[in-house]
Amino acid sequence: MKRSALVTALIVVTVVALFAVPLIVNPGAGYGGADGRVTEELEADGYEPWFDSFFSPAGETESGLFALQAALGGGVLGYVLGRLRGRRAAAEAATATATAEPATAEPATATPATTTPAETDQR
Amino acid sequence: MHIAEGFLPPAHAIGWTVAAAPFVAHGARAVVTEVRENPESTLLLGAAGAFTFVLSAIKLPSVTGSSSHPTGTGPGAILFRPPVMALLGTVVLLFQALLLAHGGLTTLGANAFAFAVVGPWAGYGAYRLTRAAGAGLLPAVFVGVALADLATYLMTSLQLALAFPDATSGFVGALAKFLAVFALTQVPLAIGEGLLGVLLFRVLTRNARPELERLGVLEPATPTTAGSPL
Repeated sequence: MKRSALVTALIVVTVVALFAVPLIVNPGAGYGGADGRVTEELEADGYEPWFDSFFSPAGETESGLFALQAALGGGVLGYVLGRLRGRRAAAEAATATATAEPATAEPATATPATTTPAETDQR
Repeated sequence: MHIAEGFLPPAHAIGWTVAAAPFVAHGARAVVTEVRENPESTLLLGAAGAFTFVLSAIKLPSVTGSSSHPTGTGPGAILFRPPVMALLGTVVLLFQALLLAHGGLTTLGANAFAFAVVGPWAGYGAYRLTRAAGAGLLPAVFVGVALADLATYLMTSLQLALAFPDATSGFVGALAKFLAVFALTQVPLAIGEGLLGVLLFRVLTRNARPELERLGVLEPATPTTAGSPL
């Protein structure tokens, strides 16, 4: 479990570093969207879009809606992962109480059985 | 990967819509079948959809000095096979086209083809190949999720190059030009997304073992059910 927590921490740090490093190394760059750059290039070449969005939110509203999208996704993801974790905890508690009397070794083997395959899969 | 509203010539817009439509319809059937036959899948299906929803909402800076979106379509493709993501991905694109003016209705077909069809299939293919080569689950997840991201943007570059071949260097020149904008920017994002996919699957292998075994992502641990949590 200790090793697993360390691996998780390392992955998180790597992900953060991956996106923090460009900002630190080159803070002057605009970091405009790649999508937008293509649009600008095409317009510079004289292309006229032939259809406009029905609804274009203003800058601040747009950020808010993007945040809303992320929040909805994050909320659902957190809910599902929380439920799955709670389910496992409940199942473990159930097996622990069910087998508490005859064999104390049972819950001890139950925990590695759920983690060991995950560990071996990481290699 | 979002080609902006009105930025594909009508013939291309229609062509890509026609190309993407059967995949999306097939994907809708795949989702309905999955939910009907395996109601216990609904939870994980929600997680797969939520993962794309979050990741495609986030703009991340890249080494090239511009920023771009991850896609988040890989985990769902690995868990439920790519057709499911054809629907879920298109729902995300529709949300962004209607509410965020990001992408568009005329370019929905092309964007769906890149984001919800090519990306998931490329990621799933890479995942299966990596596993067939003997790699464990997590390395294969990393490769699959990262490639789903990268392939989406390669496809977008291809679509743009087809629509806007360069005046002098033609299709190839245009492809190089659009790849220069998208591909390099996307590499660190794809790596980051692959790592996030690994994090997700680490949690799932710990807490959703029965589902992963049923979906064929994990081998049943011990056939004797000795220490099985359920």
